[in-house]
Amino acid sequence: MKKLEEKIFKVLMIGSTLLIISILLFILYVILNKGLPSLSWEMISQIPSGGFYLGKEGGILNAIMGSLYLIFFSVIISLCISVPVVMYLNFTLRRKSKLAAIARLTFDVLFGIPSIVYGAFGFTLMIYFGLQASLLGGIIAISLLIIPVMIRSIDEVAILIPNELVEATKSLGATNYETIKVITRQLLPGISTAVLLSIGRGIGDAATVLFTAGYTDSIPSSLLQPTASLPLAIFFQLSSPIEEVQNRAYAAALVLTIIILILSFSARYFSRRLSKNII
Amino acid sequence: MELLTEPLITEQPKTVRTRKPGCDKPHIEVENLNLYIQNNHILKNINLSIPDKSITCIIGPSGCGKTTLLRTFNRLHDDSVDVRITGKLFVDCEDIYAKDAEVTHIRKKMGLLAQRPCSLPMSIIDNVVYGPRLHGIRGKRNLYAIARHQLEAVGLWDEVKDRLKTPASKLSIGQQQRLCLARGLAVEPEIILGDEATSALDPISSKTIEELFVSIKDRYTIVLVTHTLRQAKRIADYVAFMYLGELIEFGTADQVFNNPKHKLTKEYISGGFS
Repeated sequence: MKKLEEKIFKVLMIGSTLLIISILLFILYVILNKGLPSLSWEMISQIPSGGFYLGKEGGILNAIMGSLYLIFFSVIISLCISVPVVMYLNFTLRRKSKLAAIARLTFDVLFGIPSIVYGAFGFTLMIYFGLQASLLGGIIAISLLIIPVMIRSIDEVAILIPNELVEATKSLGATNYETIKVITRQLLPGISTAVLLSIGRGIGDAATVLFTAGYTDSIPSSLLQPTASLPLAIFFQLSSPIEEVQNRAYAAALVLTIIILILSFSARYFSRRLSKNII
Repeated sequence: MELLTEPLITEQPKTVRTRKPGCDKPHIEVENLNLYIQNNHILKNINLSIPDKSITCIIGPSGCGKTTLLRTFNRLHDDSVDVRITGKLFVDCEDIYAKDAEVTHIRKKMGLLAQRPCSLPMSIIDNVVYGPRLHGIRGKRNLYAIARHQLEAVGLWDEVKDRLKTPASKLSIGQQQRLCLARGLAVEPEIILGDEATSALDPISSKTIEELFVSIKDRYTIVLVTHTLRQAKRIADYVAFMYLGELIEFGTADQVFNNPKHKLTKEYISGGFS
C-alpha cells in the first residue's frame, strides 16, 4: 500500500514537471515556427516605413527601443523607491511592528492589482497633470506596476538577514548609514532577483502602456514624446488580417522573448558574482 | 586589496586603557542599573565594578539577565523600543547613558564577540579592516599591516594568508569566530565583551579562543558571559553570579568558587540547579 502511494506521488510529480516543460517548449515552438521566417536584420534595425502594417518594408526598432527605454527607467525609479522602503520595513521598524504588517499587506494587495488598472490609474494621473501619452507616462505607470513586485521580493530576502549582522556591524562603531551599506551587500543577490522579476513583469505588459505611453512609429527623443513598445507592436500586428503582418507579430514576440532571456541570464550571472561574499 | 609580499614590520604598540585624567574608577562601573522590557523588570538594581586588565565572567542560570547586562555595556538595547533603562553605567568615568553620550564612540571602545560568529559579507581581509576603515584609516599598506597584525594575534594568519580575498563565509565556524575577534581587536578597543563566545564552537576551537583571551588579558578588560562553569573556573579572574535579574555575588574567582558567601551561589556552583 505504502509503495503504491509513493508511486502515485512520484508519477504526479514527474507528470506535472513534464507538463510545465512541455508547455514552455510548445510556446517556444509556436513563436519560432511562425516568427523565425519573418525575423530579419531589417526587422530589428529599422523603424516602420509607411506601409509596414500592410506588409511593406520596415522593422520594429521603434518598439524595441521603446520597450528598453521604458523598462530601464522604470527599474531605476522603482529601485530608488523599493530599497529604502525595504530598509525602513526591516531595519527601522521592529519585526513585529503593526505599521510594517499593514505596509506588507498593502504591497500584497498592490501586487495583485491587474495591470490595466495601473494603466487606467496612470492615465488619470496624466490627465490631472496635463500630460499626453508619452515615455514619461509609460515609465510612471510601469514603475507603479513593478514597485510592489520589487518590494516584496527584496523584502523576502531582507527578512532573512540575521540580527547578528546588524549588531556585529554596529558594535564595530558603524553608524546607521554604514550599517545599511553592509546590509545592502548582503541584499545584492535578492535585489538582482527582484530586478529580474520586475523586468519580466514590466517589459511584457501591454495594458499599462496602452493609454500611458501611446504608440508611434518613431523612436522617442524626449521623455514627453509618445513611444512604441513590443507588447503593443505584437498586439497591433496580430490584429491585422494580413498573414505576413501576423507572422511579424510572432517575430516581435520572439524578439521580446530573446530580450527577456538575455536580461535573465545576465541578471543570474551578476547575481552569482554578487553573492560571492554573502554570509 | 593588493597583497604585499615583502615582510612588514607588524609590531604595533597597543595602547592599554588610557585613563582620563582624574578618573579613579574601575574600567566599567555599573550604578543602580535597572532594565525593563515592556513592564517586566529584567535587571534589578545592579551595582558592579569591573576591574581593568582581567577576565570577568558573568555566570548564572538561563534567563537570569547575563546577556542583557552585557548588552547594556555597549548600548545594544538602543534599537529596541520597549526597553527602558535607569541608573548609570560608567565606562572610563563617562556615563554612557547620559543624554550627550555618543554611541559610536562608546562602541569603538568595545569589541563584541557574539554567540555565533557573524562575519560581514565581504572577504576575509575586508572583514578585519572594516572597523579601521570606518574610523578613517586609509592606505592599502596600513590596512594590510593591521589585518596581518590582528590575524596573527588570533592565530589565524597562517591558515588564511594565502586566501585573504576569499569570502569570510568560507571559513569554518571556529575560524570565523577568531576572525570576528580579530575584527573586534582591529578597532583597538579597550574592552572585549563575549556573549557565550565559545558555545557554538567545537572543543578545540573553544580552547583556542579561551587561550586567546588569557593571552591578551594584560592589555584588555574582558567581560564574558558563560554558560559553562568549567570555562569560568579555567579562565576567570573575577566572577559575577546573577540570579533572576539580581547580582547575587561578585568577587575573585578563587573566592566565589571556593568560598561563596551566598547560599544561592553555593548551590549553583555545586550543581544544585542550572
